[in-house]
Amino acid sequence: MEFDFAEEQPKLLMLMYGLIAFVAVVGGLLLLLDAVPSWFARRREAQLVAASASGAPLPRRPKQREGMFAFFFLLPAVLLLLVGLVVPAIRTTLLSFMDGSSDNWVGLRNYTWMFSEDSIVRVLINTLVWVLLVPLVATAFGLLYAIMVDKARFESVAKSLIFMPMAISFVGAAIIWKFVYAFRGEGQEQIGLLNQIVVSLGGEPKQWLLDSPLNTLLLIVIMVWIQAGFAMVVLSAAIKAIPGDIVEAARLDGVSPWQMFWQITMPSIRPALIVVVVTLSIATLKVFDIVRTATNGNYDTSVIANEMYNQSFRYGQNGQGSALAVFLFVLVIPLVIYQIRNLRQQREG
Amino acid sequence: MTTTTPTLPAGAQATGKTATTAGRVRKRLNSRTATVISVVIAVVWTIPTFGLLVSSVRPEDQIKSNGWWTFFTDPQFTLENYQEVLFGSSSSSGQLASYFINSLAITIPSVLFPLAFASLAAYALAWINFKGRDWMYIAIFALQIVPLQMAIVPLLKFFSTGVSLGGVTIMPAWDLVDEQKFAQVWFAHTCFALPFAVFLLHNFISQLPKDLMEAARVDGATHPKIFRTIVLPLITPAIAAFGIFQFLWVWNDLLVALIFAGGGNETAPLTVRLAEMAGTRGNEWQRLTAGAFVSMIVPLVVFLSLQRYFVRGLLAGSVKG
Repeated sequence: MEFDFAEEQPKLLMLMYGLIAFVAVVGGLLLLLDAVPSWFARRREAQLVAASASGAPLPRRPKQREGMFAFFFLLPAVLLLLVGLVVPAIRTTLLSFMDGSSDNWVGLRNYTWMFSEDSIVRVLINTLVWVLLVPLVATAFGLLYAIMVDKARFESVAKSLIFMPMAISFVGAAIIWKFVYAFRGEGQEQIGLLNQIVVSLGGEPKQWLLDSPLNTLLLIVIMVWIQAGFAMVVLSAAIKAIPGDIVEAARLDGVSPWQMFWQITMPSIRPALIVVVVTLSIATLKVFDIVRTATNGNYDTSVIANEMYNQSFRYGQNGQGSALAVFLFVLVIPLVIYQIRNLRQQREG
Repeated sequence: MTTTTPTLPAGAQATGKTATTAGRVRKRLNSRTATVISVVIAVVWTIPTFGLLVSSVRPEDQIKSNGWWTFFTDPQFTLENYQEVLFGSSSSSGQLASYFINSLAITIPSVLFPLAFASLAAYALAWINFKGRDWMYIAIFALQIVPLQMAIVPLLKFFSTGVSLGGVTIMPAWDLVDEQKFAQVWFAHTCFALPFAVFLLHNFISQLPKDLMEAARVDGATHPKIFRTIVLPLITPAIAAFGIFQFLWVWNDLLVALIFAGGGNETAPLTVRLAEMAGTRGNEWQRLTAGAFVSMIVPLVVFLSLQRYFVRGLLAGSVKG
């Protein structure tokens, strides 16, 4: 099958329909909101004219207009959120108490299954390892790097290089790193960078992604590689926001760089630090693409999001899949509440 | 296209750079070792991507028999991998050109819809007085915590069987085939993006000067008019920030596409195809390297050219609250 542009035309047509729908919906909404009030204004004018002509008391100015505008401005967003997020989330919660085909209620069985089945306990432990390591390592690294390149001559280029993986998809990143971890038998020339380094140091090449628990750590490296840039950018901005006179005063008092870091820098950037750690924790809890692309969850590398997908869409176990999703949700809640409280304090402070 | 190196220097990240005395002080503290270490780290960070790029232009037998670093002692250059992976005739070749178009068709509306709906909603939440406004904002804000894993199974069911409440059909089944399935993906991405989009845009819109709004109201401008003529032009940076954010998210997404677009070359985007190739043809490195780079080129260009806006949005979304 040669690539044939004619075969792609239905897609472009569909894209065009989408764009026309966009213009029609958004433009139509704005037009409606422009036309309706002016119609009301004209009617009111007519009423006023009629009232002044007949000598009757003037009608009161209508007050519900603000509410009407708010209603139409919010309508698309609220409707979509209800249909696409709120109702499905409630349904998923209900499904988690039902069996695989969503026919019978099974009570808490899906949840007890989650904590008793060995392979799922393994998944939960893996997720825990991910969520402990990724935020910690990525944030620590991002912070160190932000301090190191701060005000350096090549700062923007150096930061771009670390930040660049953020533009790469998790799938792309997983392929990049699978190539780094690639394996060729002993005696053959290695094509993977990691094995080449091991061999040139006198070691034996390994199938990195097959050995548990090392393979989970190697997948975590991919996530850190992507997310360190995010940590670095946010923390770098926080460091630059520290007032210069504080740093200067500390300098005049003769503090060492070490003290400077712990007593000036760290307290000043604490809110940003919390935001970064929490954001990364949430992102890590939901990690799916990396595991799926690199190992497909085999060799004891699966995590909650991946297992949820497998249960629901590969094994047809909607109940168990939903229970995993709900568990994921429960894990995220305390993090987000902490995040909100932190943001509020920051805003007040 | 293949000569683009991933090491393009980007524009300066102007995030509050202030030439203070602190800067000079810190500069003196920056020892030579710190500089060397940071250069080394930057190089280490770039090497995996660089290796991929170099490999993608090497002939197949070369890729499979020795490491990409051999390229520098024995340079053999070819564009065949790209030709093969984009337009190849065998079904195993990738046929990525087709998937590339799918990615575009999925991404563009998935960015536009949430942008428009979220900026309308954010304006209403910031500047229109109505009962329950704060409550509504908190509710939308709180929806950010719902992981999309919570929504995918029922949402997919909505599309296939429709929504009915007590026997009354609220939304009919969509019954989409082939490329029509794009609509499902747009819908899903729009829903999932809205909470964050409203939150981010509300941050910007609510900080517009109050006097400006009041002056416009006094002049008799209605809300739609204020929104179009005053608010939209003023929040362009925020729109750009969210636009880039959403673009990268949708283009790079795997989960939503996997579930709502299916796996065929009528609808599936690049990420789905690549993940599949990595699973079934894990050793066909000549295709994987070129394919991965095909999927990376658009987001990298967008990202590196618009990095300033992206960083600004990131900071507004995470730090300022």
